[in-house]
Amino acid sequence: MAKVPVQFTLNGEEKAEFVDSGATLIKVLRDKLGDTSPKGGCNQGTCGSCSVIIDGELKLSCLTLAETCNGVEILTNGGLAKDGVLHPLQRSFIDEFAAQCGFCTSGMIMAAKALLDRNPNPSREDVVDALSGNICRCTGYEPIIRAVLTAARSNSQNAA
Amino acid sequence: MPLALKTCSTIAEAGAALKDGGARYIGGGTLVVRAANEGDVSLSTYVRSTDPVLSAIKVEAGRATLGASVTMSSIARHPDLSAIAGAAKAVGGPAIRNMATVGGNLFAPAPYGDFAVALLALDATVHTTTGDFGIEDFLAGRDGKVVASVSFDVPSAEKFRFAKISRTKPKGVSVLSIGAVLEPDANGKVKSARIALGCMADRPIRARAAEKALAGATLREEDVAPAVAAVGEGVQPITDAIASAWYRAEVLPVHFRRLLLE
Repeated sequence: MAKVPVQFTLNGEEKAEFVDSGATLIKVLRDKLGDTSPKGGCNQGTCGSCSVIIDGELKLSCLTLAETCNGVEILTNGGLAKDGVLHPLQRSFIDEFAAQCGFCTSGMIMAAKALLDRNPNPSREDVVDALSGNICRCTGYEPIIRAVLTAARSNSQNAA
Repeated sequence: MPLALKTCSTIAEAGAALKDGGARYIGGGTLVVRAANEGDVSLSTYVRSTDPVLSAIKVEAGRATLGASVTMSSIARHPDLSAIAGAAKAVGGPAIRNMATVGGNLFAPAPYGDFAVALLALDATVHTTTGDFGIEDFLAGRDGKVVASVSFDVPSAEKFRFAKISRTKPKGVSVLSIGAVLEPDANGKVKSARIALGCMADRPIRARAAEKALAGATLREEDVAPAVAAVGEGVQPITDAIASAWYRAEVLPVHFRRLLLE
């Protein structure tokens, strides 16, 4: 099987790897680079648990070919905490009990981050729309929506 | 089966690469990579193009030209395309919209391809490496074509209507979708209409009987009844995990009526 070189920035760190041609990004992130925060849920693009942020845009790593990612900046949930300090979204997910089994959580946080980066003051409707690509079996979604709104409010309070 | 990605700098090159058995064009990957993930062994080479014509959005003198690689989210946030943004927003969820392309939507099999339904209502022209086609002709013979862009006259917001009906909201696979461009006459009646239906055949189709019945009608409940009764003429809806053909045919007039009366 031919290997192809791929170079990108992952959570601020330069990465360079030889990967199987045709490999999906989620395989490379999890199996090659050891970042298991994106989860392989459906492998079809319907559950959102593999969501990552590429060059500021929310994307599904199960449907992204790793070799199309040369030169991009990739953010995963695994890279959000800095020096052991949780990102406000991660903090509010814990505080609002927005994670039960945790499988959807990484994807939810990525979708929420993509929203808040563009719209720091979302309405509830904005949040629901932003999370519409992420499925959760456990929470019934309410705690997750609350967590995102809480994180948004605390962000704006900190900024004020 | 090892998969390969072939990146071509021009769409002409991509067209040539597609002649190989097992080669399939990849836009955002939402359909093709999904197929590979699901074990489609007929696919061995992804072919894509970085030709700049593919990612261009141009709106000039009321006519829009969208490159085949333009994503749903770029359309949804384009200031000059707000009249049709609803159709782009109807596709998938936020991550899918950042990946899904115009070209991919044109080739998507039912129940996918909601944006292609809108393009059919807009009577778009499809610009391929082997010539320009009216979208209806294009949809009737998609195999082997390589799309560079689509163009259409941008309607004013009041003339364009779009509805995507799905079981889960706000995002879900279509039970059906309907695109409508309604041209009013001087008296506020419908002068002419283009109605496009998704999931009612193996490709988006025009509801010509309903279009005829709308000509000269107002959009009042009594006046649209003939068109509502005729909208299902000639449809052969698909049956899939989302809905049966019977169900789709049953609810089509209901949603069409709601779209006209909104």
